[in-house]
Amino acid sequence: MANHTQAAGKAGAANVARPRGAGWVLVLIALAALIIAPFVSYPVFVMKLLCFGLFAAAFNLLLGFTGLLSFGHAAFFGGAAYFTAHAAKVWGWQPEWAILIGVAGAALLGLVMGAIAIRRQGIYFAMITLALSQMFFFACLQMPFTHGEDGIQSVPKGSLFGVIELNQGLNMYWFVAVVFALALWAIWLIVHSPYGMILKAIRENEQRAISLGYSVARYKLGAFVMSAAFAGLAGGMKALVMEFATLTDVAWQMSGEVILMTLLGGIGTMAGPIVGAGVIIALQNRLATSDVPVTVVTGIVFMICVLLFRRGIVGELADTRLGRMLGLR
Amino acid sequence: MAQASTSTEPRVVLTARGLGKDFFGFTAVNNVNLDVHHARIHALIGPNGAGKTTVFNLLTKFLQPTRGQITLLGTDITGTRPDAVARMGLVRSFQISAVFPDLTVLENVRVALQRPAGLHVQFWRGMGALDRLNARADELIDNLGLAPWRDTRAADLSYGRKRVLEIATTLALDPEVLLLDEPMAGMGHEDVHMVADIIRGVAQSRAVLMVEHNLSVVADICHHVTVLQRGEILAEGDYATVSADPRVRTAYMGSEA
Ligand SMILES: Nc1ncnc2c1ncn2[C@@H]1O[C@H](COP(=O)(O)OP(=O)(O)OP(=O)(O)O)[C@@H](O)[C@H]1O
Ligand SMILES: [Mg+2]
Repeated sequence: MANHTQAAGKAGAANVARPRGAGWVLVLIALAALIIAPFVSYPVFVMKLLCFGLFAAAFNLLLGFTGLLSFGHAAFFGGAAYFTAHAAKVWGWQPEWAILIGVAGAALLGLVMGAIAIRRQGIYFAMITLALSQMFFFACLQMPFTHGEDGIQSVPKGSLFGVIELNQGLNMYWFVAVVFALALWAIWLIVHSPYGMILKAIRENEQRAISLGYSVARYKLGAFVMSAAFAGLAGGMKALVMEFATLTDVAWQMSGEVILMTLLGGIGTMAGPIVGAGVIIALQNRLATSDVPVTVVTGIVFMICVLLFRRGIVGELADTRLGRMLGLR
Repeated sequence: MAQASTSTEPRVVLTARGLGKDFFGFTAVNNVNLDVHHARIHALIGPNGAGKTTVFNLLTKFLQPTRGQITLLGTDITGTRPDAVARMGLVRSFQISAVFPDLTVLENVRVALQRPAGLHVQFWRGMGALDRLNARADELIDNLGLAPWRDTRAADLSYGRKRVLEIATTLALDPEVLLLDEPMAGMGHEDVHMVADIIRGVAQSRAVLMVEHNLSVVADICHHVTVLQRGEILAEGDYATVSADPRVRTAYMGSEA
């Protein structure tokens, strides 16, 4: 037994030379997939998938890399969708500005919600974020600009920078694909930055981080606002893609869905949330035309995920030989 | 006071006056007075449950005292937050080894170095920015004999090495006052000696307050001993004085019987 642990220790040391190089292969494959996807599938479906993938990746920045479970991310996603839709439709803003106001609004909401919730731990943190996002939901239900149950319909896609008509051909798709790729890259950079290292340390041992002089609440709030902003980017884009913004996107079920996507794909991995979002969106698409209730199926998926593969699809794959070679984590 | 020493007494860096803590009516610490001196190793000993860790939690402000006052380097820190206390130069280690399990040994030490180096908020820079901390980190890692495990995840280290890593991380901050809660618990013989030497070295220019159950280590390296029992100070003085005290003997016999 003693020999065994020693060997394990050595293997651990050997593991560390993580072959980052092979990871680029995955990135290239993903980019290639992004380019051919609209030709082999419905562009609207792929765009929806990318929006939810980004939403889950934003959520994972908080859960996976900071260790905070928010149950209120729908507020940022759906809130941004309303802001963007309103700016594009009522104010006639160009899409890039409409999306930016969505991002800014989500970040501001994140700042307010985060500042209130951040001092609580674990389940209390989750409950406060849920309560605050429910308050936002009811605000959206009452405020005139959201048009209550109807939502904001027929949102114009507009022309990007005033020159690219987004409702022509695949223009919208390329726009979404580029924003998606850049946003994921930005999230990757944050996770692999000096700041990201501190976030990881806080996730790993909050007391120790405090004893090293870090005001953990500030770092957490920073991560919360960033996560909210990226979720807002996803929500704003979705409003333009689908051409509407409704209460569905701010409802608590949406917060639950993004948790499920992230868990299913693999917490704390870069690819996991996107894979998880892909599975859930594809599932919903399939079931939309059948009699099987979507909620029941997602519930079953959730249970299988928790019982059989806790690390999620990508998390489990990362621990296989191939996964290690590709540096999936 | 009785010690009319010829040399001048080193300056006091950390004091506690009338320190007390109640947990829901249970008094865990009561009327504790402490003076921790620069360039001295001060031991805090006592049977299990005596309140040693609680005293540490109070001094570092991880717990808010119910009574009393704490001064660090001349500043009253009774109402200060724990992270601010750490930034002022009072850094602690934990009884249950506190490392960042998913980070490598190098990364663990670097996390401590990042803040003083101003490399803790840059979310736009790459990890390469941290490379300039490697020299200092490697020095600490070498000094504590962790070099073979530099790139190992902390979670994969043996219990004793995790403790050594925690000490390396604590030392990385180069604090004015170190509070070590049973730093040698669970370590092998060699490591105990190595860590004892390192603590002695550090205490040349720093104050150390440590909880330690290994009395031979206490006898060996500590200048001053405070004995705690049921949350109160039972005896105080150098090791010879304290170990000769009959009350201390019964307290220890009582707890070990
Ligand atoms: N957070 C807490 N809430 C309630 N009681 C506590 C708390 N922390 C400590 N205590 C109690 O205070 C007393 C002192 O505990 P403490 O951990 O300080 O002892 P210790 O001297 O460090 O013991 P050991 O040698 O076992 O580490 C114990 O009776 C313990 O149960
Ligand atoms: Mg203790």
